[in-house]
Amino acid sequence: MKAIDQTLALAWRSLVQVRRNPWELGDYSIQPILFLVLFLFVFGGAIAGSPENYLAFVLPGVIVMNMLFVTVYVGHGLNTDLTRGVFDRFRALPIPRWAPLAGRILADMVKQLLCIALLLVVGYLLGFRLETSWAHLLAMVALVLTFAVAFSWVMVLVGVIARDPEHVQLFGFTALFPITFVSSAFVPVDTMPTWLQGFVQANPVSLLADAARALMNADGPALEPALGSLAWALGIALVFAPLSVYMLNRRLARG
Amino acid sequence: MDNAIEVEGLVRDFGGTRAVDGVDLRVPAGHVLGLLGPNGAGKTTVVRTLATLLAPTAGTARVGGFDVVREAARVREIIGLTGQYASVDEKLTGRENLILIGRLLGLKRREARARADELLGDFDLREAAQRPAQTYSGGMRRRLDLSASLVGRPRILFLDEPSTGLDPRARRDLWERVRQLQAGGTTVLLTTQYLEEADALADTIVVLDHGRVIAKGTAAELKARVGGRTLFLVVARPEQAAAASDRVAGMVGTQPQVDGETISVPVSDPSLLPAVLRDLDAAGIEVAELGLRGASLDDVFLSLTGRSGASREEPGAGEDAA
Repeated sequence: MKAIDQTLALAWRSLVQVRRNPWELGDYSIQPILFLVLFLFVFGGAIAGSPENYLAFVLPGVIVMNMLFVTVYVGHGLNTDLTRGVFDRFRALPIPRWAPLAGRILADMVKQLLCIALLLVVGYLLGFRLETSWAHLLAMVALVLTFAVAFSWVMVLVGVIARDPEHVQLFGFTALFPITFVSSAFVPVDTMPTWLQGFVQANPVSLLADAARALMNADGPALEPALGSLAWALGIALVFAPLSVYMLNRRLARG
Repeated sequence: MDNAIEVEGLVRDFGGTRAVDGVDLRVPAGHVLGLLGPNGAGKTTVVRTLATLLAPTAGTARVGGFDVVREAARVREIIGLTGQYASVDEKLTGRENLILIGRLLGLKRREARARADELLGDFDLREAAQRPAQTYSGGMRRRLDLSASLVGRPRILFLDEPSTGLDPRARRDLWERVRQLQAGGTTVLLTTQYLEEADALADTIVVLDHGRVIAKGTAAELKARVGGRTLFLVVARPEQAAAASDRVAGMVGTQPQVDGETISVPVSDPSLLPAVLRDLDAAGIEVAELGLRGASLDDVFLSLTGRSGASREEPGAGEDAA
């Protein structure tokens, strides 16, 4: 019980921090809306004939992209704690070793949930209507959150390895841009050159976007891409969680 | 009396470098131990080992009777750590920082708030309580840092270079608070490069150099080791400094330190002064200034290591960058 209280206190702290970080706050509020509106009105006509026709296609894609971008803050926050000595203060307290990381990932879940809700509301205001059921929508949210938890470990690793918080942003986004845009998140795969399609179809971002789209629009099979992205999530977690913890311990042992 | 801290044969390697090389320490409960040494002497590594942040390569350390490796969780319940490296969350307000620590120590919400307010009052931070820590001055930050490590009323407190980067007034203020804690029965281990800080606060001083203890004792004992007093003289003509140094060495029996025109040497017999003046006069060496001063810990450090003490021009330069 005590460990849970401590994790909750650490999660609270990560959430309260956002108030005083206008950039981070913007990344959870203005940025997702901006991406949605930009993609919709700039590319909508070219890709789908009109913004109205593009909305149902692009909204799940933006939800997935935003989820990936938000995970960068897991690494950013961890790195800030490591470089500023806050992590050491926590380690000198009688709390479980995993609590600081668990608190951060838990806070990240709350941020993710708020971003998804915000995008759904803005999507609704722009004219999006759910073609499936609330249960399907919940399944979409659960799927995206599960992937987020797994992918957070990649960013934990970046946060452990990077010299300072600025480098976390740099590494994080540099890695995210190609896997986000070379995917089916924003455009149909069959419009891309054949040599690229293989990569796009295996890309977990494509699988996740396809699954989210199917769960919101009933426009294709949902189960297959959903299982595919869950397999990816499991694989990512199995590789990156132990690796991150190993590298974290190595960094801490350096003194 | 029980020892609050007991360290035996502590060794810590980083890669191929030995940062701490066989350190023994004993700190009786309620005492203030000053760990004195230049950058890279191993002070921070010792503190981080005692605070359970680093495992020793060899040797043992017990804090409050608990082994820092096997009973690390118990150690964490009774210690507080403030230092260059244990810091506060800059995005949180002072009050939020203290509440967070209280919650992590298992206090209920209300208790954590009450304890935070109490500490904010004690440390003159009440007015700044609702401001993010990133807006605090150096002195305020250090006070918040210190109060964060006191939330759990630790029996044993580690202060790693607590006054680095503070202006003289903030430093005096911090010293006063350390004295209050000591009066309240807290055992304190503090590291410092400031010789006068160890002198002002510590019951016992341990001098660390290259990861080894090179001297220990009270400030008075350490000063007595260098003869209690220092004779210094300034020659009028720099080219005569070497000759003057030789003559002084012959009379005192110790090779003096020569720095430009200034020559200084520890002496045990103050009555040498007129004799030195007569001797130099007879040798045709012109003396511009001659006097005695009580030995400072700087002299102690010099006589122990053959080098000058702390690099005071650059406080905050990375210690133990291993």
